[in-house]
This record gives sequence, structure tokens and C-alpha cells, in this order.
Amino acid sequence: MNWASAGEFFAMGGYAFYVWGSFLVTAACLAAEMLLLRARRKQALQRVRAERNRHEAAA
Amino acid sequence: MDAGLIRWFRYASPQSFYPLAGRMLPWFASLAALSAAAGLWVAFFVAPTDAQQGESYRIIFVHVPASWMSMFLYVVMAGWAGLGLAFSTRLSAMMAHAIAPTGAMFAFLSLWSGALWGRPTWGAYWVWDARLTSELVLFFLYLGYMALHAAIDDPRRGDRAAAVLALVGVINVPIIHFSVQWWNTLHQGASVSLTRAPSMAATMLAGMLVMAFAFWMYSITAALIRVRAIMLEREAHMQWARDLREAAA
Amino acid sequence: MSDPSAGTAFGGIVRRDLRLAARRKSEPLFALGFFVLVASLFPLGLGPEPELLRRIAPGVLWVAALLASMLSLGRMFAADYDDGTLEQMALAPVPLMASVGGKIAAHWLVSGLPLVLVSPLLALQYGLPADAIAQLMLSLLIGTPALSLVGAIGAALTLGVRAGGVLVALLVLPLYVPTLIFGAGAVDARLAGLSAAPNLSLLGACMILALVFAPLAAATAIRIALE
Repeated sequence: MNWASAGEFFAMGGYAFYVWGSFLVTAACLAAEMLLLRARRKQALQRVRAERNRHEAAA
Repeated sequence: MDAGLIRWFRYASPQSFYPLAGRMLPWFASLAALSAAAGLWVAFFVAPTDAQQGESYRIIFVHVPASWMSMFLYVVMAGWAGLGLAFSTRLSAMMAHAIAPTGAMFAFLSLWSGALWGRPTWGAYWVWDARLTSELVLFFLYLGYMALHAAIDDPRRGDRAAAVLALVGVINVPIIHFSVQWWNTLHQGASVSLTRAPSMAATMLAGMLVMAFAFWMYSITAALIRVRAIMLEREAHMQWARDLREAAA
Repeated sequence: MSDPSAGTAFGGIVRRDLRLAARRKSEPLFALGFFVLVASLFPLGLGPEPELLRRIAPGVLWVAALLASMLSLGRMFAADYDDGTLEQMALAPVPLMASVGGKIAAHWLVSGLPLVLVSPLLALQYGLPADAIAQLMLSLLIGTPALSLVGAIGAALTLGVRAGGVLVALLVLPLYVPTLIFGAGAVDARLAGLSAAPNLSLLGACMILALVFAPLAAATAIRIALE
């Protein structure tokens, strides 16, 4: 183990801003991408539903 | 042999690949989560503190894997683009488009983490290091690909034009990389290099490899989700899409 | 009647494009004018200190030439695309690559070569010594064709696309990076008292690579645009 306490862990030897700035932004980007993809999928499914309704109405 | 080939080509149609991708998704997502957990554990709890750089060096556990992924994904994207151009398969172009945004994101993360690593180590956020400068150009190549595809209204023309651009880009990436290295050694004044990583303890390398694997699994997951959305968008009017269970209102 | 050879087609297209450019007299002056203007702006922005200007001259002059060449890319294929001439070229029994090569050559003669010829004057403004000026001209002579060739790919990909001008810049500038580095590097080397040969050879290699691949890529892109 590298860290004597949780405080030390978060402080990262004084480099907290840089280390956490990197890791957290990475996590945030990955999470954002997943959220955006979920929204995109929902929109796409809505479009498919609309096509279905159009098709059934025409039939 | 023929039957095997035919089986593979069956999956070249969006209709067949959609459910297959859906089945593969949970596996890749789980692999991504597990290896990310393992990688982070190595990064923070196994890898020792560096003598020169202290704790700031831990940034390499996202910086280097992100760089690797951004370059790897560009090549894969160009591969799919080339397949689409050669065989005119709809799915190949869709896969290329599905990969691009994730690749661009990793290029951005590489630049971001590189800047945050540069500040404590070399005193400035941007030191025109050869690798970061190459990465910046790669980021622009990704943006160009996405912009070109977005700007062309006709999807078929957009696919093929973007494919040509991706192939031109992939040929140029090594040339650009070499020229930037050359440029960097010419102007050696700053004499900094993020490639001169701290003497690599085995744990550090292992951590980077595990994180790279995690990013790779994540990229596959994101690409599969995105390609499914692209398929739905493009083929909304097709029977197979309308018949999907999830499309039932 | 036998089909015209690729060489004849190439020459024919070059002559035609040059005639068209001569008619619209503003065209060759556009790239040249931009080159001179941009090169004049930098001292205004940075101050006239001779030592500074001499040091930045290779990079500034090369970037100015690069931008001037890039800005004139819009005219390479667009006019012929709009009036259907490009389609005729694609359907002609001559390889499209020969016609495309002809248009690229004409573009360089109108928007690249003049830059080479005017560069000594601008170099004098920046206080470059004679041997560095010679290297500048040589590097531009080898490099501007590479810029026209690579730029042609971008121009062909964005035919008829909205906001094509800005898009071409985004597509083409990353591809210009090696040419810029070796071109400016050659002049820089000379200024530092070193041989410019390594940079010039690499620049030449870039140009030859572009010569081999760009017409093919541009012709492919044109066919895609015409579909």
C-alpha cells in the first residue's frame, strides 16, 4: 500500500489537481459519451417507431 | 470454406449484425469495467511512487493508454473505411463512423492529460513535445473526418468521401509523426520529452497495459452501441427495424 | 479516330486552365496578393527588430505561402464541377488521373510558382541573407507542388459541399504539416550555417509521394462527388 491515510490518497503528494484533473476528466468523458449514446439510441428508436406508425397508417 | 465465408458475409448486413452486436455488448462492457478496476488498482495501490516525479507520474496510466487507443482506433477506422470502399458494404462505413468519435475523444484525453502532466513536470501546460504535437494533428484528422461526413448530405457519398479521407489520413499519420519528431529534434532548445518516461518499473508497465486493455474494451462497447444507433437511424424505414421488439411503442 | 493519350490530355487541360486563369486576371494575383499581405502583417504585429525578423522569416514565409496556396484550392475543381465540365472529363476516354493531374499542374503554375518567384523580395524585407533566400526559393519550388497536390485531395472531397472553404482548411492543414516542417526547416538550417540538404531531401520525398498518390486520391474523390 502506498497511502498512509485517505487524506494522503486525495492529496497525491501535492499533485492532486493534476492527477485527479486527469483521471476525473477521463471518467467524465467516458460517462458523457455513454449518456450521449443512450440519448442517441432513444432518438433513433423514436424515429423507427414513427416509421412504423406511418407504415401501419398507410397499410 | 465457402459456407464459412458466406456465414461471415451474412453478418455484413445491418439486419444481421444488429442483434449480434446487442449480444456482444454486455460482454465487452463487463470486460471494460473489470479491467478498468484492475488497472486503477494497479495505478494507485500497486505502482510505487516515482523518485523524481512523485505522484504526478501516475497520470501516465491514462495518458499513455489514451494515446495508444487514439492511434489504434484511427487505424481500425481506416480499415473499416477501406473495406467499405472496396466491397461497398453498408456496414463497414457505419463501423468506421461508429469508431471516429471515440477515437477523437481519446485523442483529446491524451492531450488533456499530457498537458496536466507537463505542468508539474516541465513547468508549462504545453511544451510542443513531439508526441503531443503529433497527437494534436491526429485530433485534427479525426475532426476532419467527422466534419466531412457531417457536411455531406447524401449518406452514400458521405461514407465514400470520408473513407477516402480516412485512408489518406492513415497513410499520412506515420509521415506526420516522423516529421514532427524531426522538427522537435531540430529545435532542441526546450529539450523536453514526455516520451522519456521514468525508468519503467514492471508494475508501471503492467498498469499501463491493463488500462490500455480497459480503454480498448470500452471503445468496442461504445462502437457497438453507436453502430446500432446508426443502423436504426439509417434503416428506420426498413422492415427489420420496424419489426424490432424495442421499437414496439 | 484513336483516343487521345494521357499525355495529350494532360497538356490540353493545363493549357485550357491557364487560358481560363489568364482571362480572369484576378486569379493569379489573388494567391500572390495574399502571400505578400500576410508576410507584411507579421512585422507589423511583432515589431521590426531585424534579428527577430530574420529568425522568424523561414516559418512565417512558409506559412504565408501555405495559406495562400490553400486559399486558392476552391478554384481548382469547383467551376468545372458546377458547369458539368468535370463530369465530361470523367466520362472521357482519357484516364481521369491525367485530367486531374493537368488541373493540379495548372493550379500550381497560377497559385504556386508566382509565390516562388516573389519570395526573394519578401525575404529581403525580412533581412534574410542571400544563401538563405536561395534555399527559400528552392524549398518553395519543391514544396508548393506538394501543397497543390495534397490540396487537390481536399478540394475534390469537398466539391459542392456547404461551408466547403473552411472544411478544406481543416482537412488539408494536418496533411500540410510535413511539407511545412521540412520546407521551413531547410531555410532554418541554412540560417544556422548547416546544410539544408537533409530537409530538402525529405521535402523532395514528400513531393514525390504526393505526386504518386494525390492524383489517384483526388480522381477517386471526384468520381465519388459525381455519383
